[in-house]
Amino acid sequence: MSRAGLARVLVWAALIGLASIVVVRARYTADLSAFLPRAPTTTQRLLVDQLREGIASRLILIGIEGGSPATRARASLELGRRMRAQSQFVSIQNGEPVGLDRDRALLFEQRYLLSDAVSPERFTVAGLHAAIQDTVDVLASPAGMLVKSLLPHDPTGETLQVIDQLGGEKQPPMTDGAWSSHDGKRALLVAQTRAAGSDTDGQQRAMETIRREFAAAAGAAAAGGAAAAGGATAGGAAAAGGAGAAPLRLEMSGPGVFSVEARGTIKHEVMRLSILSTVLIMLLLLRVYRSPLALVLGFIPVASGALAGVAGVALGFGLVHGITLGFGVTLIGESIDYSIYLFIQARQPAGSDWQRMLWPTIRLGVLTSIVGFASLLPSAFPGLAQLGLFSITGLVAAALVTRFVLPELIPARFDIRDTARIGIVFASVLRRVRMPRALLILVPVLAGIVLYAHRGSLWNRELSALSPVSAADQALDGVLRSDIGAPDARYLVIVSGPSQESVLEAAEKVGKGLDPLREAGVIGGYESPARYLPSLAVQSTRQKSLPEAPQLRDRLQAALAGLPIRIERLQPFLHDVEAARTQPLLTRADLEGTSLGTGVDALLLHDGRQWSALLPLRLPPSFALDVGRVHSAVSEAAPGKAMVLDVKAQADQLYSIYLAEVLRLSFAGFLAIVVLLFIALRSPLRVLRVVAPLVLAVASVAVILVLTRHELTILHVIGMLLIVAVGSNYALFFDRRTNDRHAGEVPLTLASLVIANSATVVGFGVLAFSVVPVLSALGSTVAPGALLALVFSALLAGDLPAVQRSEPA
Amino acid sequence: MRHRKRAQVPARLICASALLSAIASMLLPAGTGTFAAGAVSAGQPADLSRLMSALAQRKHGHVTFVERKYLSILDSPVESSGELLYEAPDRLEKRTVKPKSETLVLESGVLTAQRGRHKYQLDLQQYPQVVPFIESIRATLAGDEAALERIFKVTFGGTFDRWTLTLVPLDPKLARTVRQIEIAGEAAAVHSVEIREADGDRSELTIGPDVGQ
Repeated sequence: MSRAGLARVLVWAALIGLASIVVVRARYTADLSAFLPRAPTTTQRLLVDQLREGIASRLILIGIEGGSPATRARASLELGRRMRAQSQFVSIQNGEPVGLDRDRALLFEQRYLLSDAVSPERFTVAGLHAAIQDTVDVLASPAGMLVKSLLPHDPTGETLQVIDQLGGEKQPPMTDGAWSSHDGKRALLVAQTRAAGSDTDGQQRAMETIRREFAAAAGAAAAGGAAAAGGATAGGAAAAGGAGAAPLRLEMSGPGVFSVEARGTIKHEVMRLSILSTVLIMLLLLRVYRSPLALVLGFIPVASGALAGVAGVALGFGLVHGITLGFGVTLIGESIDYSIYLFIQARQPAGSDWQRMLWPTIRLGVLTSIVGFASLLPSAFPGLAQLGLFSITGLVAAALVTRFVLPELIPARFDIRDTARIGIVFASVLRRVRMPRALLILVPVLAGIVLYAHRGSLWNRELSALSPVSAADQALDGVLRSDIGAPDARYLVIVSGPSQESVLEAAEKVGKGLDPLREAGVIGGYESPARYLPSLAVQSTRQKSLPEAPQLRDRLQAALAGLPIRIERLQPFLHDVEAARTQPLLTRADLEGTSLGTGVDALLLHDGRQWSALLPLRLPPSFALDVGRVHSAVSEAAPGKAMVLDVKAQADQLYSIYLAEVLRLSFAGFLAIVVLLFIALRSPLRVLRVVAPLVLAVASVAVILVLTRHELTILHVIGMLLIVAVGSNYALFFDRRTNDRHAGEVPLTLASLVIANSATVVGFGVLAFSVVPVLSALGSTVAPGALLALVFSALLAGDLPAVQRSEPA
Repeated sequence: MRHRKRAQVPARLICASALLSAIASMLLPAGTGTFAAGAVSAGQPADLSRLMSALAQRKHGHVTFVERKYLSILDSPVESSGELLYEAPDRLEKRTVKPKSETLVLESGVLTAQRGRHKYQLDLQQYPQVVPFIESIRATLAGDEAALERIFKVTFGGTFDRWTLTLVPLDPKLARTVRQIEIAGEAAAVHSVEIREADGDRSELTIGPDVGQ
């Protein structure tokens, strides 16, 4: 090895070391929202923020199955108790009345500021009379007990009013003191994590905590069950103990759980598939080379490229998406090609100079790929930009290592099996199937017809097409969600403003606009932060509705005429109203530690200078929501401040925008490749000869995918870009061959292409069987595409010279 | 993606549960007051047992009721009326029609109250102070003597054909709310339930004839 060579190897080793450090220290995520755009509009940013950080993203739905209902309930209560002790969770709900005393005290003390019914009319003689009459009526009813103790303080029934305002929502049924599903087969809990949904590590820790605490809780519940069964059974309807019942099982679902599981799946898949494709490619190459050393050397550019790719993304984005790693697998299939070209084609008759003869062609191929992938870099889709950067970095590294480092590592007496025979066989096959080239014109024509016929169902425009969440997991999620009675927050009204007060006021206006829709059954109902924390304006109005003490006393005296209650008994009322008249208004701080505070936090967002209030809508019983009516009601109630967000439609629309963007960028990349080829080849005919097979291959693959009932996604488009990247090498070799009759030996060139192609097809073919949709989309596009690119390149190449076995030198 | 468009569950649930318990904890004694029954004879265990087994024969009932509450805070009693339904062994429903429509259902230890658009539910196990009330009513109607005697001191008075049961809570905590429950009837028919509270308030529930099946 020369001094310069040694230097190269050392530089390479140092860079590999650095890249390894970067890779080890990088942060990895599998959150699907990484595939959401760096959103351009406020709505979209809100949407993305909600998906990433929003309260809905922090929910873990927990089901406990197995055992008896009593055991499950005990396990649920015990698990809830244990989880509440953990700072990882903001709240745990399982039907237990936790923190109720504070809630109750708050509702009672603040009733005059919280009650919707408080108005000047309420405190006129007629208003007081009517309100007290109502309360007396309630006294007669079973709810009378509640009112009885409150009556001296609250004869107008504001406490009950506040309770009615806030409550009455659908709750899971209770079994033995804990929530259970409607069929009674599982106990239910809802945990809200402190970690955001996009914090996959935090979500994973939360899940691990739940599993650990569940194991302990399940043990305790089973033990408790045995004890209860042994002792005297209390109550006529006491359930049987858990002795002998099936063991308890834990189920979890939710956005964070999906992220964690998706990351696990992707990690597992990447491991499995990279091992599988590596082994297959190794077997293939071992058979070809008959040299273990060549095999090892051949993987050096591959490994360097993958390492450089991950390190590049980590440095460029600060965060590596799991799918990007998955993409690393695909690079094995492509970057192995470079060393194949080196090993096989360098085995030319003596005197040939690989670096002079072949490197320019490979270099052009690499440049072509770079130009193609560079088109992804400006994508507003962070995931796509990552793929672009990964590919460019990886391919450049692999090519450079092949060119500058690998030759230095090849020992003097390095030799691989003569592979010319493969080339000869391929050439004779080609000759046999050779047909009039004009026939190939049929390919784009037929492709055009097929694609046109399927134009309606060509593209999958739902973001969920990219979701790595399995159908089974989604089904479980649906079941748990409906058990818990969680409203589907597909529709949200979002109110924005410069201050908390402004958005609360606007939320109140929107609420007024929505009330008639709820009465009319257009919506099932709605949530609002103003329900828990009325705006200061509203509170102040309510406060001003309260008459001064002497006036109130006079009116009350008059109002009590005909009612079975005397004013002497209502002294506490007079006192409380006077206190409420002068008390400070309610702020968020006053709600601390109550469920009202949690409610406000969930629905009121503060982001820099912007405040937003979320008003999730519940679907009407018909499940069909007339967005148009909601929209007009909302924009009438709070013009310019509120908008209706259909989360699913927005997300899908966003995805459509990015799909269109990818198509545009890919097309731009393709044009850039053509320009590059013009500059390099300086001949329209040669450019055509290189480009035509790639176009044909892409068109054919699109047809194959459509005919096999695949709906095309962004990842299929990326796959097509990969076809162009890989295929351009083939086409360029054939072009060089046609253009320069002395450019190396035909059989060896053909052999190297066939082997490189096999490696690519194997590498991507394995991916096609992945359960991760993104990976399988890539695999099922690139594997056939690469093969077709080779075939079309060969068919379109100028007539090959008669292939003969040249005598070994 | 699908899994992400989710609602603000927590706020909803939290508040609902807050309410529910707020209402529940105060509502229950009233619910219990409806049906009371109880029994035990110091002197004539045979009569009590006979009554109980006669009551146990009854698998369902559907009657009207009128309830008068005498509350110290009010100058005159308030009256409500409606229907009572019972299905052996553990379902009770009180449908108040006047003056305000309200439904209270006890089923398998869970109490559900429906007032207007609002529905509240609570599990009696979480409110031990309430369980004995409900259980006493249920146990009387079901003829479950053992269950009654776990909670009350039961005194049987009169004869099988015209009896009264006086129930006094055994638990001193409970006795601070309810002083005694008196149930009167003839043979297997319960006629009235009177609840006297510790603060002097009382309610009288008069049961009308069978509405029929």
